[in-house]
Amino acid sequence: MYRYDEFDHRFVRERTTQFRDQVTRRLSGELTEDEFKPLRLMNGVYLQLHAYMLRVAVPYGTLSAPQMRQLAMIAERYDRGYGHFTTRQNIQYNWPALKDLPDVLDHLAEVEMHAIQTSGNCIRNVTTDQWAGVAADEIADPRPICELLRQWSSLHPEFSFLPRKFKIAVTGAPQDRAAVAVHDIGLHMHRNADGEAGWEVLAGGGQGRTPMIAVTVRDWLPERELLPYLEAVMRVYNLHGRRDNKYKARIKILIHELGAEEFRRQVEEEFARAGTPEVEVEQRELARIAAYFAPPAYEDLQDVSTEFELAKNGNRDFANWAKINVAEHKAPGYAIVNISLKPVDGIPGDATTEEMNLVADLSERYSANEIRITHRQNLVLPYVRKRDLFAVWSALNDAGLAIANLGHLGDIIACPGMDYCALATARSIPIAQDISRKFADLKRQYDVGPLTINISGCINACGHHHVAHIGILGVDKKGKEFYQITLGGASDENASIGKILGPGFSGEEVPDAIEKIIETYIAIRGESETFLQTYRRVGADPFKEALYATA
Amino acid sequence: MRLLKNGEFASDDWTVLSEDDVLPLNGDVIVCFDRLMRDYAQLKAHDGRIAVSFPNDCAVEDLDDYLDILDKVVLTFPVFTDGRAYSQARQLRQQFAFEGEIQASGNVLPDQLAFMRQCGFDVFLVNGRFDAEQWQKAATSMTLTYQNGYLPERGFAPADVWKRREVKSNDQLRSDFEEVWTA
Amino acid sequence: MTGKILTANRVDDGLVVFLNGRGEWAEALSEAWLGEHDSTIAEFEDIASAAGAGTEVTDVYLFDAERDGDEFVPAHIRERIRALGPTVRMDLGKQAEGIGGAFNALG
Repeated sequence: MYRYDEFDHRFVRERTTQFRDQVTRRLSGELTEDEFKPLRLMNGVYLQLHAYMLRVAVPYGTLSAPQMRQLAMIAERYDRGYGHFTTRQNIQYNWPALKDLPDVLDHLAEVEMHAIQTSGNCIRNVTTDQWAGVAADEIADPRPICELLRQWSSLHPEFSFLPRKFKIAVTGAPQDRAAVAVHDIGLHMHRNADGEAGWEVLAGGGQGRTPMIAVTVRDWLPERELLPYLEAVMRVYNLHGRRDNKYKARIKILIHELGAEEFRRQVEEEFARAGTPEVEVEQRELARIAAYFAPPAYEDLQDVSTEFELAKNGNRDFANWAKINVAEHKAPGYAIVNISLKPVDGIPGDATTEEMNLVADLSERYSANEIRITHRQNLVLPYVRKRDLFAVWSALNDAGLAIANLGHLGDIIACPGMDYCALATARSIPIAQDISRKFADLKRQYDVGPLTINISGCINACGHHHVAHIGILGVDKKGKEFYQITLGGASDENASIGKILGPGFSGEEVPDAIEKIIETYIAIRGESETFLQTYRRVGADPFKEALYATA
Repeated sequence: MRLLKNGEFASDDWTVLSEDDVLPLNGDVIVCFDRLMRDYAQLKAHDGRIAVSFPNDCAVEDLDDYLDILDKVVLTFPVFTDGRAYSQARQLRQQFAFEGEIQASGNVLPDQLAFMRQCGFDVFLVNGRFDAEQWQKAATSMTLTYQNGYLPERGFAPADVWKRREVKSNDQLRSDFEEVWTA
Repeated sequence: MTGKILTANRVDDGLVVFLNGRGEWAEALSEAWLGEHDSTIAEFEDIASAAGAGTEVTDVYLFDAERDGDEFVPAHIRERIRALGPTVRMDLGKQAEGIGGAFNALG
């Protein structure tokens, strides 16, 4: 993975020094809160319900073992012994003191990490496929481009005061695991007719109160033109995005109001006028970066591992976990291990210091020192030999982390909700916990099959409820928490926005409502038809009937 | 309000003319865009420097026909979080090759100074809240930048990381070569 | 009796605080000053704007609360959670330090 050189180190160090000075000026009163707020936000510092929150960037979701250990140390020393992995592949700390934050940022810098631009109206941390570089279906590893984008977007002089936040997601595989269609800019790698890999540029996707699927701005762009092209998109947005209304300030609204055709015209005009003067520098830099993402030295292995097959025969729990949580790897004899952070009754995405340290140890021993964070708030060990799977599972199992529910009902996304978040209108985590208890039986989850349940505690949709097969949105109704259910969302290459089923439910009613939806699906599904396929075939009516007809 | 230029406070000799103020016989004047369009010929003949105060919701390309008589373009930040003028300055420098001064006015604060300079601003109309040292410190707190071609033309400029790396790798190649050669 | 309480977050550590009768910012809701008259609430607003411009606290605002015996119970669940701590982590926040209050976040 990428390693900082002297310049990257100096850049981050200067930034933390600058922030230390800004914190000092805030504490002394030289900076007002209004002036300090955008500065602290650009360094990942929010003020939440109970305390400050620090959001640390995990660039494109990739971490090394020492980085994970440092995150664990920070949780222990500066927080309350845990962290929360987010739908943006980042980690958040819920209790840090402002006066300690410059030290925390120094500790992050020690391991080549930072919190730059994890908030504010700037280009946020770039996200990608959690299986980048190892997925069997991938065209190319998207992480070199992601790292180039990380550097390019860091303290961009022109794009640090945009109308609103700006999120870029990248995928190098035909199967979109990075939800590129619901980002401000999505980059999806394709080959053109000549077999050359390039980028489809999508823009204007997003969730929040006005969910939209992105439009394609360019079907295929040669890689060398990517940065100048993105600069053109960003400039059109910076100049013309609405600034009169925070809720209409995202690029999706601009594109919606201009129309995709006119937006495309303006981007192409800007792109043509600006030209591509620095393309050679950028190509050289990309080549330099790409060298860091060379795959580890794979052993020459048979794809079938006898040890693995025997272990599966000998242990049913392990076999289930291997079937559900282990994914196909591009190298023979290797596997991708997905660690679910969704135990029954747990808090989705939370990990304790001990758990982080355990995963760091396992990655060191079995996965080339690498860990990934997924946008579904889980962790990945990307380079595990099949013959080591049983050992990895055993260690995880001892720590309660061998939860075999990946991609199934128990693998619920939940934002922090009103238990932590200052913007939330309802709690999310208790709903996830109630559902997880109701469907604790894994056999039942496997019978239901692939299913995503995502929960957001407010209309900002950090819990990605719009793109869940079953989405749950918490709202405030006269001081009481209320939950709307949507069906039919998806964030993959056939992305769709879920539709509201009908009147909402109180928190206590939600698990039963979910059960009725599931039972309806089971009753009407075709052979090997998934929940989403069934919904797309029959529409909302049978589900509405099950939920509301008898009421 | 004072003008900040090359890290120092400079005297402001510019006269801001409203739409109907009589053009003085000589001296440096700032006019609005409407007047620039209306009085272009008269301004062209004026004995003194000409600047335009250009709103941040107008397209820079509309200025193209008038740039030949402009010594300065004044762009504005109504609030420091409204970043449109960064793009306007960038376009003026990069796409319209404007070589005169670009002045930032409005809510100009030290913490944004470095970004402004990189986008092409070189004069700043500021209030008296911060001293020259604070401005200088803000301008130089970051000595590196990743973005290509965003460097200020005058005064302190951060080093361009991507180009530095290239120079460094050439040096590396040279030293590797020499090592092999002298061995 | 319903009234209003002035709350904020402390600038240096971010923790939730409430204005008490001595004009100080207290960590426990039970120590807060419940403003029950228009004149007090007007005074709160003056304190809020002065405090918001200072360095001790930030994000200063009023919320509705009710007196219940020795303690004050916020009208809205959000403020109850803020005064207690996360409902999903009873081991954290003011509730864990014994300064949360005897009321239930869920009302």
